[in-house]
Amino acid sequence: MAKAPVTFTLNGAETALFVDPGAPLIDVLRRGAGDLTPKHGCGQGTCGACTVLIDGVPHLSCLTLAEAVEGRHIDTTGGLAGGPDLHPLQTAFMEGFAAQCGFCTSGMLMAAKALLDATPNPTREQVIEAISGNLCRCTGYEPIVDAILTAAARMQGQGTRGAV
Amino acid sequence: MSSIEFRKDLFADERDDTLKEIGKPTIRQDILGHVTGRTPYYDDHQFDGLLHMRAVRSPHHHAQIRSIDTSAAERMPGVRRVATAKDVPNNLNTLLSLINFGRDDEPLCAHDKVRYMGEAVAWVIADTERQARDACAAVRVDYSPLPHVLDVEEALTPNAPVVNEVYPNNTFDYHQTYDHQKLRFGDVNAAFARADHVIKAEYQMSPIEQAPIETCGAIAAPETNDRFVCYTNTQALFFSLGTTAKLLNMASSRLHFIGGTAGGGFGGKVDSIVEPTAVLGAVLTGRPVKFAWDRYEEMQVGAPRGGERWRLKDGVMADGRIVAREFTGFFDSGAYMRLSPYAIIKGTGHLPGPYSIPNVASNVFCVITNRTPATAMRGFGITAVDFAIECQMDRVAEAVGMNPVELRILNAYRDGDMKAHRRKAKNTALIECCQVAAGKAGWAISPEAAAQSSLSGGGTADRVAIPETVTDQDGKIGERRAGRGGSTSPSTQPTGRVAAGTHGEAIGGAPVQNADMQIDADRVGHRMGATPAVLPGSTPTPTLASPAPTAPIATTPPPLRNPPATPTAAAPPASPPTKPTPPSAEPYRPEQPFSRGTKRPGTSPFTSGFRRR
Repeated sequence: MAKAPVTFTLNGAETALFVDPGAPLIDVLRRGAGDLTPKHGCGQGTCGACTVLIDGVPHLSCLTLAEAVEGRHIDTTGGLAGGPDLHPLQTAFMEGFAAQCGFCTSGMLMAAKALLDATPNPTREQVIEAISGNLCRCTGYEPIVDAILTAAARMQGQGTRGAV
Repeated sequence: MSSIEFRKDLFADERDDTLKEIGKPTIRQDILGHVTGRTPYYDDHQFDGLLHMRAVRSPHHHAQIRSIDTSAAERMPGVRRVATAKDVPNNLNTLLSLINFGRDDEPLCAHDKVRYMGEAVAWVIADTERQARDACAAVRVDYSPLPHVLDVEEALTPNAPVVNEVYPNNTFDYHQTYDHQKLRFGDVNAAFARADHVIKAEYQMSPIEQAPIETCGAIAAPETNDRFVCYTNTQALFFSLGTTAKLLNMASSRLHFIGGTAGGGFGGKVDSIVEPTAVLGAVLTGRPVKFAWDRYEEMQVGAPRGGERWRLKDGVMADGRIVAREFTGFFDSGAYMRLSPYAIIKGTGHLPGPYSIPNVASNVFCVITNRTPATAMRGFGITAVDFAIECQMDRVAEAVGMNPVELRILNAYRDGDMKAHRRKAKNTALIECCQVAAGKAGWAISPEAAAQSSLSGGGTADRVAIPETVTDQDGKIGERRAGRGGSTSPSTQPTGRVAAGTHGEAIGGAPVQNADMQIDADRVGHRMGATPAVLPGSTPTPTLASPAPTAPIATTPPPLRNPPATPTAAAPPASPPTKPTPPSAEPYRPEQPFSRGTKRPGTSPFTSGFRRR
């Protein structure tokens, strides 16, 4: 079957790839674009480990067809840190022990980023709602929720990029 | 917010409070990789020309395989190879054979019959995962379904189908003799006869899937020098390597296994199935091959914590003292043994829970059924029986009309008490746990219960004694084969007795296999006893006059803490030893095993308690 050309912006960089028709976005990101940060957990849209932002909105890249992102802006955890400076969410996750095995963390960070970009000062309930599509088997969620609230507070106090 | 609360008022004299890490915030050493997405899981290693391997799986619980026709699948687009059992050089294994435990009972790929739903009967290796899936659907397997058994007690009935011919009684054979693991301590039936209440109940725990977010998987690829590299998310790298070497009949030096990063495991990634399968694919194709379970396989085929059924019978006096406890346990091992027989040994050592009960009996069966094989998961062997024991404690409290927390404090084991497996309890803390938990929960307990301590009241003559224990006509402690011979309950027809011991020390126990186990009082590292002064470098000569060590546990423990750094010439002990000391207070020898939690100079950083840097 003929491959289809797709162009999109990945973490701010123009990206052009030929993809198999019907290929899920996660395969194109991981194998085609070489961005290994979205993780393949279930392949059926239940775990959230593959969450990426498409035009700022969280999407499950295992259920998104790669051809559907033509011309869109995709953000992954690979683009979260600004050079050597970690995003406040990353810092808060580190300090708050909000990851153990780390496999859900990329998706969690993307879901959290989408929340904080739209709602800079969320309530605890809004945080829980925002990550309700992301499963974590290790932490029990509480440290993750705490870390997102910590990051939100720091970003409020220090602008969008906090000091590490 | 989660936080740790230190209760330094408890056991203060047993603890070294110069803690460097515990209680202080720290950052996980691997978390920078997690939050940046750079942590390399097995699937983050990319190979050109990677092939994808999928398994053809049984739709039956139990069926004879009449024939397998792979010809149509081999002609499907993208298919590189279809493999079956005949491609596995040594297609029979049991996981613990690497430590000489159990009999080989499980093929990597079923050949004569399938024993559980989802068992692999063939594999397809293709260019893409979709091609492999399509070709799997084209493999024709002619099954002849057999009667199956999915319940542990049905599997023990005389007419139950034989699931696994290696274990024709549907049970593991302990010591090649017993169809169950046995524990006998005292005489439960005599105690039941004099008890004021006898409380019986049955508890069932379902199988529980570990459900890691990353499913089991491995990528294998040919390396130079006729070796194969395998990236895997196993929790048991050397089990996986050894199992692969055995199943594929390869020298382990030809296998280069890289693991260490798992996207969750919880016990479900120890079974060493994906690694030999992926390496087999790489051997057969000469190409990099990925074999990974999808989520459905993880749930259906991935081994869970096995289901367990426990029947408990307690004899209780009116004042709440439990005088007898009897267990009948059934572990559902599924179609193959894997780790379940070991879990039962571990669980039996745990009985009767953290309580001092003078009469205990248990029969625990490791039962084969046509269910998915069971394996490790988070305290397996302990969790379900603890669930049963603690539910039972609440029932007992109800029966005698007693505060359940006070009932636990009354029956809790204390330092020095003889446990049912004939070792003395040390470092006990159940009483203090109950007191603190009651306080946290606002659950009132009596001043008497609040005044109890694990440190006092234990180890008295009656609590340290090993009671007379009932035996059968063979001189064995109970019947040998209980499962298919009728009743599974502990026998009510004793014919003989093992003499009582006055103290645990006087009983010649079974010789310990592991020399490390002889270091008795020091096995748990946090007790800070008086440190006998030792002259470093001096080697005590064996004294002929010293009594022969009748029991391994009677030796005086070696000093737990560091010997003095500077050689102090024969300084007197900080406090005199309380009993005659055999000349075993040897200087520290690095080659000797020692307790956890101690720091000794010049030893491996992996075992000394030093944090790795």
